[in-house]
Amino acid sequence: MNALVPRNGKIGARTPLIDGVEKVTGKAKYTADLAHVGALVGKILRSTKAHARILSIDVSKALALPGVVAVVTGADTPVPFGVLPIAENEYPLAREKVRYRGDPVAALAAIDEKTAEAALRLIHVDYEELPAYYDPRKAMAPGAVPLHDDKPNNVLREVHNEFGDAEAGFAKADLVRSKTYRFAEVNHVHIEPNASLADYDPERGYLTLHTTTQVPYYVHLKVAQCLQMDTSRIRVVKPFLGGGFGARTETLSFEIIAALLAVKAEGKVRLLQSREETFISHRGRPAAEITMKLGLTKDGKITACHADVVQTGGAYAGYGIITILYSGALLHGLYDIPAIKHDAWRVYTNTPPCGAMRGHGTVDSRAAFEDLLNLMAEELGLDPFQVRRINLIPQIPYTTMLAQKVMSYGLPECLDKVMQASGWAERRGKMPKGRGLGLGCAHFVSGTSTPKHWTGEPHATVNLKVDFDGGLTLFTGAADIGQGSSTMAAQVVAEVLGVDIKRISVIAADSALTPKDNGSYSSRVTFMMGNAALDAATQLKEKLAQAAARKLEARPEDIVNHDEHFMVAGSQDKGLAFGDVVKEALIDTGTITVKGTFACPKEFMGDKAIRGSAIGATMGFCYSAQVVEAEVDEITGKVRPIKVWVAVDVGRALNPLAVEGQIQGGVWMGMGQALSEETRFEDGRMLHANLIDYRVPTMLDSPDIEVIIVESIDPNGPFGAKEASEGMLAGFLPAVMDAVHEATGIRPDQLPLSPERMADYLDAKEAAQ
Amino acid sequence: MKSILSLWVNGRLREDAVDSATLLLDYLRDQLGLTGTKQGCDGGECGACTVLVDDRPRLACITLAHQVAGRRVETIEGLAQNGRLSRLQQAFHEKLGTQCGFCTPGMIMAAEALLRQNPDPTAQEIKTALSGNLCRCTGYVKIVEAVREAVL
Repeated sequence: MNALVPRNGKIGARTPLIDGVEKVTGKAKYTADLAHVGALVGKILRSTKAHARILSIDVSKALALPGVVAVVTGADTPVPFGVLPIAENEYPLAREKVRYRGDPVAALAAIDEKTAEAALRLIHVDYEELPAYYDPRKAMAPGAVPLHDDKPNNVLREVHNEFGDAEAGFAKADLVRSKTYRFAEVNHVHIEPNASLADYDPERGYLTLHTTTQVPYYVHLKVAQCLQMDTSRIRVVKPFLGGGFGARTETLSFEIIAALLAVKAEGKVRLLQSREETFISHRGRPAAEITMKLGLTKDGKITACHADVVQTGGAYAGYGIITILYSGALLHGLYDIPAIKHDAWRVYTNTPPCGAMRGHGTVDSRAAFEDLLNLMAEELGLDPFQVRRINLIPQIPYTTMLAQKVMSYGLPECLDKVMQASGWAERRGKMPKGRGLGLGCAHFVSGTSTPKHWTGEPHATVNLKVDFDGGLTLFTGAADIGQGSSTMAAQVVAEVLGVDIKRISVIAADSALTPKDNGSYSSRVTFMMGNAALDAATQLKEKLAQAAARKLEARPEDIVNHDEHFMVAGSQDKGLAFGDVVKEALIDTGTITVKGTFACPKEFMGDKAIRGSAIGATMGFCYSAQVVEAEVDEITGKVRPIKVWVAVDVGRALNPLAVEGQIQGGVWMGMGQALSEETRFEDGRMLHANLIDYRVPTMLDSPDIEVIIVESIDPNGPFGAKEASEGMLAGFLPAVMDAVHEATGIRPDQLPLSPERMADYLDAKEAAQ
Repeated sequence: MKSILSLWVNGRLREDAVDSATLLLDYLRDQLGLTGTKQGCDGGECGACTVLVDDRPRLACITLAHQVAGRRVETIEGLAQNGRLSRLQQAFHEKLGTQCGFCTPGMIMAAEALLRQNPDPTAQEIKTALSGNLCRCTGYVKIVEAVREAVL
């Protein structure tokens, strides 16, 4: 298969978002902005204990309070949920036990905020406290009380994989080094807090749920499951969404609770979550302790890699099995490595559940790997670029030991470009005191080839309608969460049909209108929904070309289209305007709706013989290399990034404007993790649940990020495109660690490099001297 | 206790019965339906609720509605004139100073306040003026570019 070459100027054009005007005028309606006349106020009562048995819940006083319409507890939610069908162990409201401070135990709907607040205080819960674990080593220790009965050692999943012969590889190496890293837990901090508006019509037995989700399809399934409703009696709509970054991939308890309250109250319930509650929902990147071991020959060739990973997973399974598998799966596919060993433990702890976050499971392993590679390069007297180049994948297509296919590989060009742009050759090693340059590389999947709810359906479906007015409407279940997926779909259609993008409306993420989409996660939307849009547009173009051929008395294969016209190729006649072609095509048929689909071929789904190879299986990897220049203040310990140069192989940039925005956002999120962001708990109590204590970088903390787009033109991506928003995040971490090393001589082993931590490193260095 | 609040909102004089404990944010969003002003935090942390009061930026989530009695309040809905985008709005749209859009109204209002005070700010002045407005999508690079574009 060869990627289609764009000819109509829509693909590759810097295209503002098709919903951008609504966003800059305040007209865009997010969930909390929706009209809610007559809606009840929903509130959640949360556990005050980190680990306890619930002895009793008394809601009678709350129910008796005038204005309280419905109260629900775990007794109303007998069915558990979870994003992975093999590990559903979370209840919308806790039953029998609570497992973290903040676990929902009861909820209510009342006529106003004040009444709801007062009623919450009238609910009495009796707990019998159990030992609580915040450190995975303690949770795994013999004799620890299990959080979940089916996992007596508190290990959700233990992974032991070896590809090639790691021991033989290390024996062959000229230099073997091992280093243990500690990465703090981080949170997505999408700026829009969680919110739902649930409306239940008891006459029809029909629930309409507007909610802040990246995957309306999962919400639909999980609400039906937990409320024991027929899926056909539920409509899920995602309004404008204020970011996600993975937090809103899983269905979260608050949205199921909102639906439950609406059903119980037989009406409309609006459930808004505070920032604190949004933090409590969490699903962020787990704290990880990683021991990375590499073997290198004296010229820098990697002979073996061994990663030992322990993730502090939080109280429920969620995505945990996938997150822990990802901590090893993407050790493959960036470089050519003959042996990779992965030992890993995903551990339950009495903290809010972790989940998927941008770069899901791969970021900390990649950071550890790249940092160790930089350290060993120095020891061998090799340049960090040189040590990457010698380990590049030798030929494309390439199959990794984990059965991943690499069909396009722009990493070599990324390295060249970023080396040049940063002035590496002239500047590295000659930086003024307190300043440094560092390099890091990374990659990520363009969508997982194996959806977790396997149904046998295509990976993506798009409907495209053309009608009497000459307007085109594209229907997709894919959730635009700010990344611009609806704009991308419109560009694809405009390109294929040769029409102005303003002719196209996109209707997205409303289960009553749009075909199902697997959702906005794993950077799958451009690749999969983009390909489905391409299929739909191509089918419609064929129908329109046939109509034009009839009218122009030509053969359909001789019809070409551009600039809103269909014409005979090579003819001087300017042919038919788009609207006239549509009128001709509609004769006898009426409104035309075509359905485009995309299904991932089996050969890209991993190898069934390799356990866990479904994770990390994809049709295309995005590749990146970045250089960070940073300065360290030796007095305050403040690490200040000055400039980032990042080159990213995105296959083809369908919308270079959006691609740049995604890349800058991705690098910057890596920066937050590297320099300031971390969650903090004391006895399970969240200490960081606001935007002052959880340090998201401000504009003043943020450097210029120069983006260099590399286009390897993937054979299977739509017009050659791959993902463009996750594969550059991880690279910042090792790059700034390397820059800090050049600036100070210190090689950190813990992140974030907050001023406190950096000052500790500086003090330790001084003490050692 | 409700009492009559009289103030200018987006150029129009209003008189509304407003509780003494009502926040400016809730007055704008719930009573006037001006939902362009957003709440992103539990009070004074993120800047998403930034509005202008007599041309100066103010966080509507930590301001009581009655505190701005008699003053000129402007929200994102007041920036476009006759349905046409202001220069800042145009620049944020065209330069992708907005991705998910949730921080955008507050960001644009903070930038508007800056430009009224300082019509030709440097990149550093922009960063300083907008440092109380958090954005999680853009890494801020294109926001700074958008504000510069509106000046040029």
